[in-house]
Amino acid sequence: MTTVFVPRDSAARSVGADDVAAAIESLAAKRGVDVEIVRNGSRGLMWLEPLVEVVTAKGRVAYGPVTPGDVDDLFAAGFLDGDDHRLGWGPTAQIPWLAEQDRLTFRRVGLVDPLSTEDYQAHDGLTALRRALTMTPEQICDEVTESGLRGRGGAGFPTGVKWRTVLNAPGPSKIVVCNADEGDSGTFADRMIMEGDPFMLIEAMIIAGVAVGAREGFIYIRSEYPDAVTTVRAAIEYAYGAGWLGPQVLGSAHAFDLEVRVGAGAYICGEETAMLESIEGKRGVVRAKPPLPAIEGLFGKPTAINNVLTLATVTVLLTHGAAFYRDFGVGRSRGTQVFQLAGNVARGGIVETAFGVTLGELIDRFAGGTASGRPVRAVQVGGPLGAYLPPEQFDLPLDYETFVDAGAMLGHGGIVVFDDTVDMAAQARFAMEFCAAESCGKCTPCRVGAVRGVEVIDQIIAGQDTAANVALLEELCDLMTEGSLCAMGGLTPLPIRSVLRHFADDLDQPKAAHP
Amino acid sequence: MEIIHAHAGGQGSLLPILHALQETFGFVDRIATALVATELNLSRADVYGVVNFYSDFRSSPPGAFRVQVCRGEACQSVGGRALAEHATSSLGVDFGETTTDGSVSLDEVFCLGNCALGPAVAVNGQLRGRVGADDFDELVHHDTSSVRPT
Repeated sequence: MTTVFVPRDSAARSVGADDVAAAIESLAAKRGVDVEIVRNGSRGLMWLEPLVEVVTAKGRVAYGPVTPGDVDDLFAAGFLDGDDHRLGWGPTAQIPWLAEQDRLTFRRVGLVDPLSTEDYQAHDGLTALRRALTMTPEQICDEVTESGLRGRGGAGFPTGVKWRTVLNAPGPSKIVVCNADEGDSGTFADRMIMEGDPFMLIEAMIIAGVAVGAREGFIYIRSEYPDAVTTVRAAIEYAYGAGWLGPQVLGSAHAFDLEVRVGAGAYICGEETAMLESIEGKRGVVRAKPPLPAIEGLFGKPTAINNVLTLATVTVLLTHGAAFYRDFGVGRSRGTQVFQLAGNVARGGIVETAFGVTLGELIDRFAGGTASGRPVRAVQVGGPLGAYLPPEQFDLPLDYETFVDAGAMLGHGGIVVFDDTVDMAAQARFAMEFCAAESCGKCTPCRVGAVRGVEVIDQIIAGQDTAANVALLEELCDLMTEGSLCAMGGLTPLPIRSVLRHFADDLDQPKAAHP
Repeated sequence: MEIIHAHAGGQGSLLPILHALQETFGFVDRIATALVATELNLSRADVYGVVNFYSDFRSSPPGAFRVQVCRGEACQSVGGRALAEHATSSLGVDFGETTTDGSVSLDEVFCLGNCALGPAVAVNGQLRGRVGADDFDELVHHDTSSVRPT
């Protein structure tokens, strides 16, 4: 019996992984070979999807990108023994693109069967939780603080400090919420964890519950991720069956219940207070802070809200210790960041590496330039609210502080590459358009400012009073930055200012002449 | 009513109820919003406000196939803008509309999480990657051919 891995990750399926799995199954039957197909998560080498791996004497050997039409040829070439083929990459772990990464948070994604509790435990699963159950809540919070872990959702707030605030907040019951509303274009790491290693998220939620004194948790997943919703719900069911969730977590005195809530197509619900409103069954309108959710959050209770990557990373540092994790990274950005190479790249996917790597290294060494083969003109880092950076800034090391100082932000680690055909005026306009479409409408700078922003940029593009309108746009950016209630309106100026700063030519030389 | 009862009682049950209604009927009927309001002890305006806020919830029946085209930046960088234009012109509808034969509802979406394999499209929730104009036609024709009038 030979084990063959074909990913079930929705990105792999989007380019034909299901058809490849079916082809392998039917051709194996036809050839009378005994093959077990395991649908794993994706290894994150999106440029090689569908990536087929075969378990051989040489280890796991990779072939990709495989189409159903290649499968007969693969059998003939002896891929079940790991033999050479034009699609062959040798042992997966030795593919340089993967070997040069520091896969900590993503250590299991793509390796295991996502819904096998045995496979999970065979790959270090539950080690962190078992350790946490021997610790006091204070000790867990301290260890998380010592690791230097900061919120990976974008804000970068120290996780241990947040947890301690919830732990110390008065109240008979507390709640843990996982923010899995990964709405930023260019990001897909949360989705891959939920589809590829859902038990890690469940384990982390329970640990968070023990640390802050909560007995219930919610995972808020966006509706655009139906496969993630199904996988996490199935994993929760298995976890209850295995006694990981429920009245006695792993036979301990701790109780923990977990539930998935599904969003409904509103980007703003990735903002933590809007998400709380949404879980409560209301319009996803941002709340004013204070009170902090850590003091008064979901249903008025003290609530620890963390992103998927943040929670997942807690299992790393509790398994290997705070010092191990802290040793990766630079400055106040400790550990690893899961970068997502996206857009016009030759080799897109997940690059998990220590903070401090430069943008240029990621784009040249890992992404291999653009997919179109044209020169890179701009890179948007950190989602729709992140700045567009020109190649002159590719020597910037990726850490929270350096990026803020450069008028940019790391956000959730999404890196979207554009080639030289991009019209940066259109990208600036889109930032305002997006804000206008997705604003919750609570505060005026965001609700009205974004609409006015589109109008002003349209006038600039049309060549009307360019200098005066650019000055007006700058003023509007100031107002939105200073006056908005949350990051939606507050950070929309970031991409626009970056266009004004680095790509002003696109605005000054209007594409369409005004009559 | 059964759907409403199955979800009512839990905390913050409005969104799960609306999702369940939409899954069963394809849209959230005005009559249903009144029933939900009564059951959850909310005003009809409250329920309407929630239905109205979230782009997922429809107030009219959808087409047989829901086609979502990603308009996020990562897809824009590999031809997403052109694909969006192609989608509206080839189907003859705008985003948010349904073709006159009722076969396809075309929606825009800001990110499907397939950002390294764009342009991305989802047909009835099934994700597709590297979708060019020809692929789009094939996908939409293939997936909807069974309901198209001949």
